[in-house]
Amino acid sequence: MLDPMAAIRETFFQECEDLLAELETGLSGIGDGTADAGTVNAVFRAVHSIKGSAGIFALDALVGFAHRFETVLDALRGGGLAPRPEVMKTLLQAADALADLIRAARSGESADEVKTRTVEAALTALLAGAAPPMAEPQTAPPETKPPPDRPKKAWRVRLRPSAALYLKGNETSRLLRELGRLSETYRVTLDASRLPDLTELDPEGAYLEWTVWLEGDLYEYAIREVFEFVEDDCELEIVRVDAAAIEADQAAFPSAVHAAAEEAAPAFGLFPPLDEPPAFEIYDIPAPPQDDVAAAPAPKPAAAAGHPAPGPLEAGVAKTELAPVSATIRVELDRVDRLIDLVGELVINEAMLSQRVFEAGLVRASGVGVALEELEQLTREIQDSVMAIRAQPVRAVFQRMKRLVREVAAQTGKQVRLVTEGEGTEVDKTVIERIADPLTHMIRNAIDHGLEAPAARRAAGKPEEGLVRLTALHRSGRIVLEVSDDGGGINRPFVRAKAVQNNLIAADAVLTDDEIDNLIFLPGFSTASAVSSISGRGVGMDVVRQSVQALGGHVSIASRPGAGATFTLSLPLTLAVLDGMVVRAAGQTLIIPLGAIIETLQPRPENVHRLDADLQVIALRGGFIPLIDVATSLGYRAHPVEPERAVALLVEGEHGARAVLLVDEIDAQRQVVIKSLETNYRAVPKIAAATVMGDGKVALILDIDQIVSATRAAERRAEPCLLEAS
Amino acid sequence: MTDSLTPQPNAMELVVFRVGAQEFCIDIMAVREIRGWTAATLLPHAPRYVRGVINLRGPVLPIVDFAIRLGLPSREPTERNVIIVVQAGPRQIGLLVDAVSDILTTRESQLRPTPDVASETAKLFIRGLLAIDGRMLSLISLDHLLPADDREAA
Repeated sequence: MLDPMAAIRETFFQECEDLLAELETGLSGIGDGTADAGTVNAVFRAVHSIKGSAGIFALDALVGFAHRFETVLDALRGGGLAPRPEVMKTLLQAADALADLIRAARSGESADEVKTRTVEAALTALLAGAAPPMAEPQTAPPETKPPPDRPKKAWRVRLRPSAALYLKGNETSRLLRELGRLSETYRVTLDASRLPDLTELDPEGAYLEWTVWLEGDLYEYAIREVFEFVEDDCELEIVRVDAAAIEADQAAFPSAVHAAAEEAAPAFGLFPPLDEPPAFEIYDIPAPPQDDVAAAPAPKPAAAAGHPAPGPLEAGVAKTELAPVSATIRVELDRVDRLIDLVGELVINEAMLSQRVFEAGLVRASGVGVALEELEQLTREIQDSVMAIRAQPVRAVFQRMKRLVREVAAQTGKQVRLVTEGEGTEVDKTVIERIADPLTHMIRNAIDHGLEAPAARRAAGKPEEGLVRLTALHRSGRIVLEVSDDGGGINRPFVRAKAVQNNLIAADAVLTDDEIDNLIFLPGFSTASAVSSISGRGVGMDVVRQSVQALGGHVSIASRPGAGATFTLSLPLTLAVLDGMVVRAAGQTLIIPLGAIIETLQPRPENVHRLDADLQVIALRGGFIPLIDVATSLGYRAHPVEPERAVALLVEGEHGARAVLLVDEIDAQRQVVIKSLETNYRAVPKIAAATVMGDGKVALILDIDQIVSATRAAERRAEPCLLEAS
Repeated sequence: MTDSLTPQPNAMELVVFRVGAQEFCIDIMAVREIRGWTAATLLPHAPRYVRGVINLRGPVLPIVDFAIRLGLPSREPTERNVIIVVQAGPRQIGLLVDAVSDILTTRESQLRPTPDVASETAKLFIRGLLAIDGRMLSLISLDHLLPADDREAA
């Protein structure tokens, strides 16, 4: 169990993540010009909420920065700061810095202070440059030449709190005091007309309504801000009115007001009549003659409408509470995982049941057979729906890439525009968590190596700003992610020379363009002529390929010289199930991950050569690939099967190492649910996991990498063939 | 034989099972279920006493052949053999035995230490001995049934 405070803190950080995403989306939207007025507010509120909650946890650095950030956003919201590109750039940097501070606070580390201070200074500079709201053209006329006879600006704020507002520990008096700080001229009236008889009074109900008149050049947001945390728990009406109209209003009923106040005041004891008029006046008005309020005292019809005896406001409360019902819920991942496991069991059980029923001699057309088919249908639907719960849009990962692009662009001095498509494409959470790294690598690569420097782009007749496009889509039960750039494409002569230099290919090897492009996926191949801090570090696309293959996916490349390159990642939609080939070896049923299989072969005796007692190789398209008898490799039998009597599968492990696996027969291609062996046993060499087949038996899923690398030593002797096989 | 139906202080309820001619017992609290033998899927590179894995309504459990584990002569399991599913720490393990013979209640104080002359293997699994109605039962500790990750691996 987490202690309560830690749990609350965790919730805070989770909320921060949502808010940061909102902030980033909002800022990007403002930058693109696709934002509406609400966006600026949303952005401001995001930072404001972070600041507020951070204060509770005494995260001072975070609060300080958020405050500065918020002040700038406020200026943006108020119109004092125009959303010019350079302003938006600073704001996006500030969003990044805020994210860093939050991350640091979460992990308990300290953030990069220099960076924070730099950004903070940039924010301050923005503020200094921003015109104060008063000097803005729209509001300027009343200020610069105030014609004394012109009606002054004023606001009428009508506040009717619901019981929920008080329940949450808010107080009206505080709200009114805050309003009072906004304006020199300030009047409050209380409408107690809804107050029922004592016998009907709900002690926890809310029956009062206040109307406040404020004079002066105020922005609506400034007034609204006072109610920021109670907005959902009250009826709030903020209307701009003419000061003259107010005066007329006031003039029309002051005596009535005062008369009423004198009667009402003893009853409330809250607003005693004042001898000296203070900076503001308070009126207690049971029933001011105004349209909006006049319509109000009608509790009886509400009571007649079916509620046993609702306080006049209860109807209003119900109304306001109905509106903002959240369409989403937060659920602990463990619970969803458990559900997914159980549904996996259900699928297996259903298959077992069908098998048993038909073994027992019942025909498919029988009633039982038909019912079973319906059960199967339902089970599949449940499985799909449950998987959909854990599915998430790739949006969150794409958002992170925006920041990455900004940073890499700044580091390389290139101008880059990132275009994303298909952000809503959904994929299992287990996959989402693991696509960020390969994507990061590919995008860095696209900017660092793909896009040319601005001068080179100009020379090639392209716009100076390079384009990186990130696309996600579903294709035949998999998710496909594409990273394409409009840079120079793969420099084939250079790649080839580099591969020769690194002994990856023979100097006279004949390679197609495609094969040359694919050289960049070989381990130890780094196209950066100078190791840069961005995508250098000696690791390259082989890491991408490796991690993608570990997920059961594959990566490919299409390059057009001068026009750019496209990297395509294809991944399974989930890691909970796997597409596998069911094979049999020495009487055991085994699963080979389909992603690792390149093709099946029928070995001929003349192509098989023995290198030594343990190792046989097969000649394949001019190269030699090691032969591995799966049953022998796993210790199921002492002597390997004769290759010509076996079925051979050409497989590829990480690092592109290949081998031909020999099995006795191929049974079927099937989707299997992955079960861990480690839960109740331990990791088993050469085995990735287990699954349960339709007959209820456990089948093991082969770890192709381990099986292939077991013959690695032997394979190194045949190194030159590594590529000729591709 | 059951001493009493009402639990006593330090009372232990035990499941008694037979392997060959010997009788063993384990704390009933560790027993999850008892089921018939089904063919297990062989695990590569496993010690001889790990007969493989089976599917227990979802989770995959290793089957430990108790006879081989104790160094007793083993026979190929048949349908008459029984698997006792036990909880050993975080893991569930299937224990392959010849038959379950009894459930009885005794007291912790009845437990006699394993004699010093016993073999190292025996000492690893046998927590103590119980003499009940003229029978000698070995109380099994479940801690060392499976190979540790880096030790004892075949």
